[in-house]
Amino acid sequence: MPKLITGVGCPYCGSSCDDIEVIVSDDETKILEVHNACIIGSNLFLHANDPTRPKLPRMRQPDGSMKEIPYDEAIDWMAKTMLAAKKPLIYGFGSTNCEGMSAVARISEKSGAVLDNCATICHSPSFLAIFDNGYPSCTLGKAKNRADVVVFWGCNPMHAHPRHTSRYSIFPRGYFTQKGQMQRTALCVDPRETDTAKLADNHLMLDQGHDYELFDAFRTVLRGYDIPEVVAGIPREKIRESVEIMKKAQFCMIFFGMGCTHTDGRNHNIDHAISLTRDLNNHTKCSIMAMRGHYNIAGPGQVWSWQFGFPYCIDLSKGTHAHMNPGETISIDLAMRDEVDCFVNVGTDAGAHFPIQVVQHLKKHPFITIDPNFCMASEIADLHIPVRIAGVDEPGVVYRMDNVPIQFKAVLKGLPGVPSDEELFDRVYERMCELSNCQPIWPAAKEHRRYPHNTNPAVS
Amino acid sequence: MANGELIVKGGFIIDPTRKIDGDVGDVAIKDGKIVEKVSSSAKVIDTKGRVVMAGGVDVHAHVAGPKVNVGRLMRPEDKLLSGVSRSAMAKNGYRMEAGFSIPSTFKTGYDYARMGYGFVMEAAMPPIHSPHVHEEIHDTPIIDEAALPVLGNNWFVMEYLKAGEVENTAAYIAWLLRATKGYGVKVVNPGGTAAWGWGLNCLNLDDVVPYFEITPREIITGLLKANEYLGLPHSMHVHQNDLDNPSNYTGTIESLKIAEGVKPKNKFGREQVLHSTHLQFHSYKGENWGNFESGAKEVMDYVNKNTAITIDTGNVTLDETTTMTADGPFEHHLHGLNHLKWANVDVEMEIAAGVVPYVYDPNIRVCDIQWAIGLELALFAKDMDRTFLTTDHPNAGPFTRYPRIIKWLMSKKAREAVLDSFKHKDKVIAATHLHSLERELTLFEIAQMTRSGPAKCLGLSRTYGGLAPGMIADVGIFDLNYASMPSDAEKIESAFQRAACFIKSGEIVVKDGEVVGHGHKQTVWVNVNMPENPQVMRNITQSFTKNYTVQLQNYAVKDYLAPHPFVINVDVEA
Repeated sequence: MPKLITGVGCPYCGSSCDDIEVIVSDDETKILEVHNACIIGSNLFLHANDPTRPKLPRMRQPDGSMKEIPYDEAIDWMAKTMLAAKKPLIYGFGSTNCEGMSAVARISEKSGAVLDNCATICHSPSFLAIFDNGYPSCTLGKAKNRADVVVFWGCNPMHAHPRHTSRYSIFPRGYFTQKGQMQRTALCVDPRETDTAKLADNHLMLDQGHDYELFDAFRTVLRGYDIPEVVAGIPREKIRESVEIMKKAQFCMIFFGMGCTHTDGRNHNIDHAISLTRDLNNHTKCSIMAMRGHYNIAGPGQVWSWQFGFPYCIDLSKGTHAHMNPGETISIDLAMRDEVDCFVNVGTDAGAHFPIQVVQHLKKHPFITIDPNFCMASEIADLHIPVRIAGVDEPGVVYRMDNVPIQFKAVLKGLPGVPSDEELFDRVYERMCELSNCQPIWPAAKEHRRYPHNTNPAVS
Repeated sequence: MANGELIVKGGFIIDPTRKIDGDVGDVAIKDGKIVEKVSSSAKVIDTKGRVVMAGGVDVHAHVAGPKVNVGRLMRPEDKLLSGVSRSAMAKNGYRMEAGFSIPSTFKTGYDYARMGYGFVMEAAMPPIHSPHVHEEIHDTPIIDEAALPVLGNNWFVMEYLKAGEVENTAAYIAWLLRATKGYGVKVVNPGGTAAWGWGLNCLNLDDVVPYFEITPREIITGLLKANEYLGLPHSMHVHQNDLDNPSNYTGTIESLKIAEGVKPKNKFGREQVLHSTHLQFHSYKGENWGNFESGAKEVMDYVNKNTAITIDTGNVTLDETTTMTADGPFEHHLHGLNHLKWANVDVEMEIAAGVVPYVYDPNIRVCDIQWAIGLELALFAKDMDRTFLTTDHPNAGPFTRYPRIIKWLMSKKAREAVLDSFKHKDKVIAATHLHSLERELTLFEIAQMTRSGPAKCLGLSRTYGGLAPGMIADVGIFDLNYASMPSDAEKIESAFQRAACFIKSGEIVVKDGEVVGHGHKQTVWVNVNMPENPQVMRNITQSFTKNYTVQLQNYAVKDYLAPHPFVINVDVEA
């Protein structure tokens, strides 16, 4: 009989909805129905049924074709390649669990790698602004229960985070917001008339790339000074009106996205946005939040901060201490300078997301892709190792865009023989230790690992 | 090693739990526990001429969880203060270390072990973030840890206490401790942080929390009763209202007085009903920062009289550090004072935390007075088994400064040297009592403040904080000769900074001040067994359906996140 599983976490966007209901076949190998999820989320679950999902690692052959090989062989090759490389780059992690991120850190230390995540090409400017200016934020439940003014600046949740507005920001009826949308004023700042802009009470259609100026105008007005008649294409009166709405809010919530981080101004836009939030707190309560993209892209920022003290672009090649220097140790910069001699793509698709010149540089060296599915990065790789899908056939901890940890479940049994990211990385790490004749370091949590570890008498 | 036999031979034993003060003797260890004796094949650790103490117990530190990690994330510059590069360690089978005031989890575990500490209480766990706290705990090597969920601004608690329902409050606490794998009841700025949801605060015990219409006094009173109703191992653990403001000492004493008349009820040997944490921040006199002065004497005069109270100091160490507290409005206030970067984490239904870097600059009079107040609290204390050493890590300074504070407490000369170095020395002396205090604490008193006292306060005196047979074999060996203590106080600091040897649960994890093993750390949590309360369960279900943004079934910490649990069971009869 098919089984209904409730409270399932969705492995798509940073909203990390955990109210999905999934009906699976009796033997827990097929997903029959997905309820509550948006169409993208549903499809991610249903994709897991695809009978052509890779079940074995594939190694590029001299003639350019890919050949299936056993996991042990792939692990051995990856371990040797990582040890041989002077400065490998391990990148990705938007779509995997924190257990995997923690496990890969051991490999990174051992091989002296640079550890980076997808933030490097999305919310990296937000991190830079946070380093400079802090982050007065909150959990999404605060927005749901209290926010009566919601600002979407340079983001379009109606498409990128389809259930964000219904679960957290515009429609939900919360504790102090029992009238839902009726009680909320939504402002949207965007050069395009997006679906979010159409939904908003006020759309400020600013000139593209002029976000910094407009933040500046908001702060200037808030502090009681005069501004020019038109700023960033927005008339003075409209700016004054918007500031008044935010100032008179009981709880003002600002969400910002790629429209701020990747237009002119970049981190300076976010810096200003954070300052605006601080200023507003002198009048009322105001919070700000980055619209993080993937369901666990906040995860590496958390895990690596507690392990190395930095959220991204962490250079471990010095061997003695972690070093973060955005501009120097960011994936794109490293690759463009041809500074890395091995690339590992995990739970993302650098083939699709990186500039072509970067991929060309990376392709000069061993290129490993670890991903449950076929993707551009897997098709250009020298080695593709399939793993389980975190959130579908592998459970684990996931950090939502507001850094709230959600414990995701597995709804399927998983393909036989296919390991999780965590298990794969642990086995690679163990192999690396064997090859270099040293003892692996397992924390207490790993003393009862689920799978047998290799026993090499040399390191027993 | 954990199963092997060890004998720590010939050291000066200091164990307040058995009133042993410097007697030369042995400590026998078997299977991770202290035993009466071991066989002749036991490995001998010669500690002749050295001091032997139980593993240290830290009653209050912020070492794991969301706000600690916000601090790490937002302060890359803190990594530059890490100090000595441990190249040898990084290459030889140890995890990389990073951070000064907010060290990485690995460095946290290693540094506590280097100082001979075996147990640390994470002082504030927002319940919804408890999986995060436990993830960090299991990435912190060697030391045993527990975490206190914050409850003083929790909507369930406020609703129940407003209606005077202590039993329902207790049932909710029992449920929450199990769900979060938490240890006890933490209260931070009761009511004030809830008011911060609207950008407000409660500075006074009788200020009314907006909407909830309850006062901090009622919250403290109710949680005191609920804690004793359940008979938890630890008492209610309070960070009072109006932290870090001149003239707050009167409010502090008033808050402490609420404990009068409440009797401790538990099976764990705990004698207090209220633990008042980082009291330094709450012992301020004067009307403003201009005429700011110490209120330590007044506060300690009260604490000395009321045996139902324990305190920890929260010593300012005069470092650049990172303040972080579940007192959200305070961090906003502090950011308004120093204009450094400010992070805030408002947590739905539960709490709000903030993070602001802070420089305790010795050239600033106020910082120096804060430094003096922390030391005065300990020096005015009559019962060292009720007075514990902390820095409210990292708020008043990093925990790695404990040895320096020990030096100041044990040496008048060392204190005077610091006073002499102040730019505003005369003003500091005039505003404090420190210059006139001759008292120098003994090693026995230090062991009370850092071992036996906190263990008893946490209800863990059967396991931690002593060297009696049956207790966990956490044994610190320090390079100090009890019979002839060094005249140079710096040697006291260096001896406690780097233990000559530290044995954790029967395994040698530190030798000559360096880490040599990763130990087998445990997560300690309290499981209350009591009949299910249908009303409370219905309220919880309803709130998760309507207000929370996570599902109830995904809220409780899964077992695998606390892989080596040490569960303390508490039975409550209905």
